[in-house]
Amino acid sequence: MTDLWALFLSAAFVDNMPLTLFLGLCTFLALSKRPESAIGLGIAMTGVLGVTVPLNWLIYQGVLAPGAWAWAGLPELDLSYLALIAFIGVIAATVQVLEMLLDRFFPAIHSAFGVFLPLLTVQCAILAGSLFMVDRAYTLAESAVFGLGSGLGFAVAVVMLGALRTRLAYADLPAGLRGLGIAFVLTGLMSLGFASFAQMAVSQ
Amino acid sequence: MATRSDLWTTLTEPLIRQNPVTLQILGICSALAVTTSLATALTMSVSLTVVLTLSAVIISLIRRHIPDTIRLIVQIVIVASLVIVIDQVLQAFFAEISRALSIYVSLITTNCLVLGRTEAYARHHAPVPAAVDAFGNGLGYSLILLVIGGMRELFGRGQLFGWQALPLADAGGWFTPLSLMLLAPSAFFLLGGLVWAIRAMLPEQAEAPEHEPPADVRAAE
Repeated sequence: MTDLWALFLSAAFVDNMPLTLFLGLCTFLALSKRPESAIGLGIAMTGVLGVTVPLNWLIYQGVLAPGAWAWAGLPELDLSYLALIAFIGVIAATVQVLEMLLDRFFPAIHSAFGVFLPLLTVQCAILAGSLFMVDRAYTLAESAVFGLGSGLGFAVAVVMLGALRTRLAYADLPAGLRGLGIAFVLTGLMSLGFASFAQMAVSQ
Repeated sequence: MATRSDLWTTLTEPLIRQNPVTLQILGICSALAVTTSLATALTMSVSLTVVLTLSAVIISLIRRHIPDTIRLIVQIVIVASLVIVIDQVLQAFFAEISRALSIYVSLITTNCLVLGRTEAYARHHAPVPAAVDAFGNGLGYSLILLVIGGMRELFGRGQLFGWQALPLADAGGWFTPLSLMLLAPSAFFLLGGLVWAIRAMLPEQAEAPEHEPPADVRAAE
């Protein structure tokens, strides 16, 4: 149990997706101009990562991993090179199903952040979650915790950046630094702050 | 019919003026993660340029046959197949660099730059201009990667491509490496600075301020 908690904390803070691993930066920067859209994106990310990582674990272990077809008399079959295409397909399908379910049962939530869902199909952080799961050989429980943790870490980071950028809307910046430039510098400063979480992992 | 000078413009425009990374915010994710050394940055640039150009050509060849409703899926499958090929080639011939890049090669699939160019350009143009446009964007991306990778390696380790450019203080020289350059924050700072530098040279790219101060405040200044 404590192991899972440690994994959750490390996925959310120590290995924060946008700030230390540079994943999902495109949407991170594009949708952080307002805290409201940042919150919507954060919730969508947490939901999609929490669902797709364990789902891809099942697909990988059941169909693609070396030796997964041993029961059918094909112990040498290794389909792991197909993982990329399979994961993308699963992610696209999950996002579509989530959108339809939300639209049907929770229309209020759907209208609040439904616009962000289709974007997440081609979001590198989501795909990276599944690829890390294979790379680090997580179990099913671990992959679920890892997915939720990294989604939450992304949400925290994007909401913080959104809040910072709103405060800067009235600041008198040099013309060249306005918008994208200052967003990078802010992200760098936040990343510096998150780097201190690495010490937390060491001292545990 | 595109003339030679049109093609030349298509090729050179994305290098600095329409740079995909600094102006269009495309493909930053991978741009920052692999720039701790020049060798990984170069491998990543070459891989991305190859995938981008090939996918643009393929999609442009079949552009009249792709139904509009499923075009994204078709494009992703084409890109993903090319990425798998590149990944296998790297694992076979450049095992060490492939380990250093870890999952970031696979992430070319979801690099917004690739889908952005196929969606915005290759889908409407003949194969030759599409290939030139993709190649130009690949070069623009590579340029940013190499500049940032070069700076991080030079100041972080005093090396360029693993060759000791600045003599280290430990080995009797004068240069003390800045280990911050090898950590995540420095990549953000460098890219922010680069965006600033480019926009200072080309003022028309600067973003308009969101809020103008009221007229009486400005009059008082």
